[in-house]
Amino acid sequence: MSLLATNFLTPTGREEAWRFTPLNRLAGLHDGSVEVAQRESLVMKSPATQGVSFTRVSRELLAPESFSDDVIIQRAHAEVLNVAHLSVAAGCEITTPIHLGRDHHGPAGNELSRVRISVGARSHATVVMENSGEAVLGEDVEIVLEPGSSLKFVSLQEWSAKSVHAARHHAIVGKDATFQSVTVTVGGSLVRLLPTVEFAGPGASAELLGIYFATAGQHFEHRIHVDHGVPNAKSRVNYKGALAGNEAHTVWIGDVYIRAAAEGTDTYELNRNLLLSDGARADSVPNLEIETGEIIGAGHASTTGRFDDEQLFYLMSRGIAMDEARRLVVRGFFAEIIGNIKDEEIQERLMSRIDDELLKAGH
Amino acid sequence: MSTLEIRGLEVSVITEKGPIEILRGVDLTIASGETHAIMGPNGSGKSTLAYSIAGHPKYTITGGSVTLDGVDVLAMKVDERAKAGLFLAMQYPVEIPGVSVSNFLRTAATALRGEAPKLRTWVGEVKEAMNALAMDPSFSERNVNEGFSGGEKKRHEIMQLELLKPKIAILDETDSGLDVDALRIVSEGVNRAKAANDMGVLLITHYTRILRYIKPDFVHVFANGRVVEEGGPELADKLEEKGYAEYVGN
Ligand SMILES: Nc1ncnc2c1ncn2[C@@H]1O[C@H](COP(=O)(O)OP(=O)(O)OP(=O)(O)O)[C@@H](O)[C@H]1O
Ligand SMILES: [Mg+2]
Repeated sequence: MSLLATNFLTPTGREEAWRFTPLNRLAGLHDGSVEVAQRESLVMKSPATQGVSFTRVSRELLAPESFSDDVIIQRAHAEVLNVAHLSVAAGCEITTPIHLGRDHHGPAGNELSRVRISVGARSHATVVMENSGEAVLGEDVEIVLEPGSSLKFVSLQEWSAKSVHAARHHAIVGKDATFQSVTVTVGGSLVRLLPTVEFAGPGASAELLGIYFATAGQHFEHRIHVDHGVPNAKSRVNYKGALAGNEAHTVWIGDVYIRAAAEGTDTYELNRNLLLSDGARADSVPNLEIETGEIIGAGHASTTGRFDDEQLFYLMSRGIAMDEARRLVVRGFFAEIIGNIKDEEIQERLMSRIDDELLKAGH
Repeated sequence: MSTLEIRGLEVSVITEKGPIEILRGVDLTIASGETHAIMGPNGSGKSTLAYSIAGHPKYTITGGSVTLDGVDVLAMKVDERAKAGLFLAMQYPVEIPGVSVSNFLRTAATALRGEAPKLRTWVGEVKEAMNALAMDPSFSERNVNEGFSGGEKKRHEIMQLELLKPKIAILDETDSGLDVDALRIVSEGVNRAKAANDMGVLLITHYTRILRYIKPDFVHVFANGRVVEEGGPELADKLEEKGYAEYVGN
């Protein structure tokens, strides 16, 4: 166990970035009172592949590529000794998805973690990061896409009920590189993710997709930030969430920043929430800041609604019982995003998890 | 042999300004094998009648009864009405994002038949039904009604009619928005379903064109929330010629 450095400003909850987060449920990740074991739970589950390496690198050799103003990420930068480094060499077409997961056999305890995913120039890969089990985890994942590369990054938060997870998934997308993330949060007590993107060269594009389903007492927060600092980059954000049960709380923040240099920017962000019961709360705050008028498009939309009676009626008029009709509608709501995870086993696992969440919600 | 009996049906919609009375005592009896056409001006309450029988939550029944073979339909949930043998082909079929036609049809068939249809025969059954309605097989992978043209939605409704085999079908303006060929194709679908299951049909329409394909035994004139006249097929021709002026009380 080690005590964490204390020279960080502890959030009070009044800060814009923390005003939605129940700080008392962060297990001390934010104020340094958490006791952290030297634990490195992230492992590669896929067999070795030519051009792909997964190693632990001392932090002296792999300093952070980016700054974060998030105190938990700053602590990770300050404290973590070894960085988990997944590297795809340049010019590689990796057709089989690379699976990362959590090893629960190692020493138990809370964890701060740093991860680097590097995708070499003109390489193409899919990385699936599966988070499950019980954990208190603060983690910074930096994803660096070299020019002309592409990465699909699937991150699954299927934590068990008590887990606390605060993380940044920061992509630095190079010239003509294409980044797609699919972020799924369906388990845990408190999950607070910062899916952020900065563009490092023109012609870069990022698509951030996500789903979340919070039931009674769960707090799931996704704070997206897309920084358009170079010309002719494209971003798309589409997050869909469902909530059911007392004190189920979700937060979606979509900050898109178009700097003066970012002429030719094309961006659109969307968040849709399905409120399945009373007592649940969905906060949704899209936010665009634009410093140049020379753009292709910038837009956002946010909706929060309940079950569509017309849809349920249509299904039920064909003999489908209420519960089954709701199940179909909710699965359908998420299908658009889950369809992007081109792995049938994971798709079906998530869909049945969604069915379970719906059942838990008492329908 | 089944009979749907509607007696003195009164229906309101609840609005912010209070309830609005739409159906003011509808009497109709539809038996297996019979085809009844309902014609009437816009806003007279035809769709309200159709939805009320199917159990749409928007409508509040304030009086009267609906029974199927003596069993109270109004006490049933929406899905129970379908299981009892009622089917509504909607004037405006609803889009269901993310739910494929094939998944939807199989779920409905499973619910209505009480067990999942055998996969091999089921695939053939769906193919045949789509083929009969000149629907491209690719529709089965599309989301229910999403992006369907008006005519495609109507074909999809009648395709369900053929697959789900109800005892009594209510067709709400199934002919609206159909081109000449589609009108014939859809009508043939209705006639096949009728012949196969001795189905009773309540057909709501504005035009006599469809009645050349689906021959009505009875024609009912609907105005101001009730049936104001009844007759045989010749009544439809008279309506087409003279309109509803004599019924709407001016
Ligand atoms: N929420 C509502 N508020 C006010 N009036 C309503 C409401 N819902 C339905 N109505 C009215 O009920 C009446 C009956 O509507 P309905 O759809 O049953 O007519 P219809 O005979 O099917 O007409 P059409 O031939 O145009 O399809 C209409 O005048 C309609 O405006
Ligand atoms: Mg109508």
